Amino acid sequence: MIPQDLKYTDEHEWIRLNGEICEVGITHFAQEQLGDIVYVELPSVGSKLTRGQTFGVVESVKTVSDLYAPLTGEVVEVNPELLSEADEFKPELVNDDPFGQGWMVRLHLADPSELESLLDAAAYKKITEEAG
Amino acid sequence: MTGTVGLLRTPLYEVHRREGGRIVEFAGWEMPVEYSGIRQEHQAVRNGVGLFDLSHMGEIELTGPGATGFVNHLVTNDVGRLEPGQCLYTCMCGPDGGILDDMLVCRFPNQPDGGCRYWLVVNASNRLKVVEWMETHLPADVRMKDLSLSTALLAVQGPQAQAFLQPGTEADLEALGYYHLLETVVAGIPAVVSRTGYTGEDGFELYVAWEQAEELWVALRGREGNVPVGLGARDTLRLEAGYSLYGHEINELTTPLDAGLGWVVRWSKEDFIGKAALARQKERGVHKAVVGLEMLGRGIPRQGYPVEGPDGPVGVVTSGTFSPSLSKGIALASVDIASRAEGTELSVMVRGRPEPARVVRPPFVRGSVRRG
Repeated sequence: MIPQDLKYTDEHEWIRLNGEICEVGITHFAQEQLGDIVYVELPSVGSKLTRGQTFGVVESVKTVSDLYAPLTGEVVEVNPELLSEADEFKPELVNDDPFGQGWMVRLHLADPSELESLLDAAAYKKITEEAG
Repeated sequence: MTGTVGLLRTPLYEVHRREGGRIVEFAGWEMPVEYSGIRQEHQAVRNGVGLFDLSHMGEIELTGPGATGFVNHLVTNDVGRLEPGQCLYTCMCGPDGGILDDMLVCRFPNQPDGGCRYWLVVNASNRLKVVEWMETHLPADVRMKDLSLSTALLAVQGPQAQAFLQPGTEADLEALGYYHLLETVVAGIPAVVSRTGYTGEDGFELYVAWEQAEELWVALRGREGNVPVGLGARDTLRLEAGYSLYGHEINELTTPLDAGLGWVVRWSKEDFIGKAALARQKERGVHKAVVGLEMLGRGIPRQGYPVEGPDGPVGVVTSGTFSPSLSKGIALASVDIASRAEGTELSVMVRGRPEPARVVRPPFVRGSVRRG
């Protein structure tokens, strides 16, 4: 359950690169550890994030976890189905499809050199094995 | 019985691993927090039957001619009113009225010699403290025995619990009243069975020998229509039912009066530890109350979040969660008595943001539990 074509962080986030835009979400491992996700809090479009900064929150029935910006950049889009003020609020998408419909934000990358700090699938797999 | 350094394991630890339980540390024990998921397990208990391993909880046995007087001296509720085969919820307080633990006192059916036998069923996190406290007060005519590490506890909870448990149980469960217990045989295994629980649903708690717990669990799981339930759903179930949890609504710095547990303080019985302090508090007036809060938006209240009224802070969330039954945030909160009235609109500060909430009277969900 660790797609080869994505990049990862040791905070259990994934990054899908698409030119200067990257899509960010949390991994299958992370959603499994959290359990049933019932609330997500995301930054507004236009927010500027610095790598490592807390940019949102994901809550399961039992716990609250921070989301950390994997890269520096500007939020250009957020997943409308994860906005708590939306009528069609579907936080369970993060459980059901963490690498797809459960995506959280799209960032316009500020510093491409930061990409080198991300983990590849093999390195991330090792982290999950140690944590699990 | 131990794995990770210093942590205890129930006799069902390996079974939980096999069942896919996610194990976490809880009160010094390695316990399953969830199996299939909290929401699913929660709904199984609300609609059918859930099976819990609660073997981490403590059982302290008291016998001897002075047992009734001794227990009654230590707890706030009146053990003298217990009939043989009846259980009672109570607090045990220190001299200052602070709650050392909340517990069930179970009075067994009369013993062959005519003497009384009690079990105190205590929180795992407080067991050693309570045992030590009791030892310092133990009179010569009472025998105390900590049975916690030889007594396993399984709970069968849900509206279908009786129909589920009756086959293979020698005693007639229909005749077992709420907060009563009996000694019987379940699936060939000797068990103490009480009609008690912590979910708001009808159900039973089964005390069996440590070494027979696995056999009983496997026999019950082999039946149709039950799921294993972890501590995660146990917490959402108890919170919907409005029950206090030690370390949340109650602790050594709160008294039963602060926590809305005045009904477990029996002023008319003989003297007990903490009575004078509680009487003084009652005379001066109680300034706090534990209330239910229902969130009006999607924010989820959590323990420690501040609660505010129109004029500023009025209290704090003691337990909060997403309610699987109501699909919204619910909480128990300790607030100034001026804010306790049902319908009062308050704000829970969620990460610094006020989220609207309304005071409601627990239980949040009225389950199948047999009252009275």
